[in-house]
Amino acid sequence: MNVPAAWYLVLAAGLFGIGAFGLLTRRSALIMFMCIELMLNAVNLTFVTFSRTLNDISGQAIVFFVMVVAAAEVTVGLGIVVSVFRRRSSTSVDELSELKG
Amino acid sequence: MKLVIPSIHYLAILPVLIFFGAALALVLVSALARGKVPLVVATSTVVTAAVASLVANFFQWRCVAKAGASVTIAHAIVLDDFSVVASGVIALSVIMTALVAHDWAIRERVSGVEFHILALASSAGALLMTQANDLIVIFLGLEILSIGLYVLVAFDRHRATSSEAALKYFLLGGFASAIFIYGAALVYGATGSTNLSTISYFLGTNVLLHPGLLYAGGALLLVGFAFKIAAVPFHLWSPDVYEGAPTPVTGLMASIVKVGAFAALIRVLISALGTQLDTWRPILWTLIVLTTVVGASLAVVQRNVKRMLAYSSINHAGFILLGVWAGTIRGTAATLFYVITYAPIVVATFAIVTLIGGVGDEHHSIERYQGLARRQPWLGAALAVLLLSQLGAPLTTGFYAKFAVLASVVDAGGGALALIALISAAIAAFFYLRWAMALYSDDGPEGPRVEVPRLTGMVIGFGVLVTVVFGVWPGPLVTLAQHATVLFTP
Repeated sequence: MNVPAAWYLVLAAGLFGIGAFGLLTRRSALIMFMCIELMLNAVNLTFVTFSRTLNDISGQAIVFFVMVVAAAEVTVGLGIVVSVFRRRSSTSVDELSELKG
Repeated sequence: MKLVIPSIHYLAILPVLIFFGAALALVLVSALARGKVPLVVATSTVVTAAVASLVANFFQWRCVAKAGASVTIAHAIVLDDFSVVASGVIALSVIMTALVAHDWAIRERVSGVEFHILALASSAGALLMTQANDLIVIFLGLEILSIGLYVLVAFDRHRATSSEAALKYFLLGGFASAIFIYGAALVYGATGSTNLSTISYFLGTNVLLHPGLLYAGGALLLVGFAFKIAAVPFHLWSPDVYEGAPTPVTGLMASIVKVGAFAALIRVLISALGTQLDTWRPILWTLIVLTTVVGASLAVVQRNVKRMLAYSSINHAGFILLGVWAGTIRGTAATLFYVITYAPIVVATFAIVTLIGGVGDEHHSIERYQGLARRQPWLGAALAVLLLSQLGAPLTTGFYAKFAVLASVVDAGGGALALIALISAAIAAFFYLRWAMALYSDDGPEGPRVEVPRLTGMVIGFGVLVTVVFGVWPGPLVTLAQHATVLFTP
């Protein structure tokens, strides 16, 4: 069975959209964090699909860079979430109200 | 299949290597050393690395003068005068920040070398952005820069606002990065490459039948950049993060992020998408109008000076974008000149804010500055000069910087845009002047005298000196900026 490339692109765009929507509407820092990961993986899917249609290997190589960056973000991000959680025992961004304006 | 290893021109990446090398050396030393590494060692390592990077910049400059601009590592890194000048500005900002942070760390009893390691690593990311000739390298530079900064923003563990600001910065920064890389993916799909030179060549020789993919990709890239430079409507993180971050970090963010992001933005818009000028110009037009006007208007109502400076830096970002909008060599030179002069001013301003903030880094209301110039004439006068320069008063670098970008915009047929930007500058003048007047006012409660440590004093003095000397005599810097953009590699 041969699935046209466009379907993959649409799927990736859908995933990216879900991630972006979730990031803007959800209030838990951890869920927002997962949404960013979802967006990055949608990007990876897009790169691989284009790599296939363009018959160019560099698109697949880029995916590794994106994965490494995502992993680095996770370590730092979780550290920050933990440091906020220690202070307030909650990861809801609605309770981050010291800074306003 | 034979594997071809791309050739590496080591001089081209020497500044980045120096910064990463120094960061790694500090990590090693702190891991191996018995007990704590003294602060002096950390600070002098940062300063030495930055000075070494400046020396490398000098040799790069000579190399470019002799052999012309070049690309290396499979065309992913470019070495031209533009990147040399931009990296020089970053190295200078890092030196200034390291000296301010040294006194800050003594005052706040922060020990350990983590601050310096992170500052070195994120500056290396900014350096990489100035040299990037590939969307992926820009992305990597952006992430190296940002990930270090997320931690630096959270550095002050005694204040809840610091980690809150870091969380906000992290979530929105990660969002922006994801948008940016999706834009890169779409541009890759449309043009078949992520290399800026190849994209430019492809767009110059082909007519796209369905340019939608390219436009969507370009727009997403622009949104990613707009987040990083805090252009309205993507600025919401910036006042909170500026306020929450330790003040020396705010100074570092305001300088190196702007230099790195604008250098990369210019390469993407002018070099790679130069043929699409008519498409991206209207988007940038709207962005500039919003950024300058909203930045200046919201700054007026702030009582906290760090928030005020955040909105002021949003306004400045709008002005710097003007030169990009022009899309000409003149505009690019004006942008570079603006960035060169803005970086030392903003680091020195935040150095003074660090001092006035006092122990705990908490006193940032404008009342604290009431009558500062009477208590401490030198400090007050220095702050007044820095504020006047940001306002764009004649005889300071700010004046010529604003003049140059506006002239380039009028030259490129954007009279209305220049007028709107000028009006925003007039609104901005209101709060700079209000602050400067407060320094010299007699009434109101007396704030305490603040100690001026020697290193911070030197940084402030340097910032003021640059502002005044090159304000009176802008010739050399103008020539430098123009020279750096004439040889711009497309």
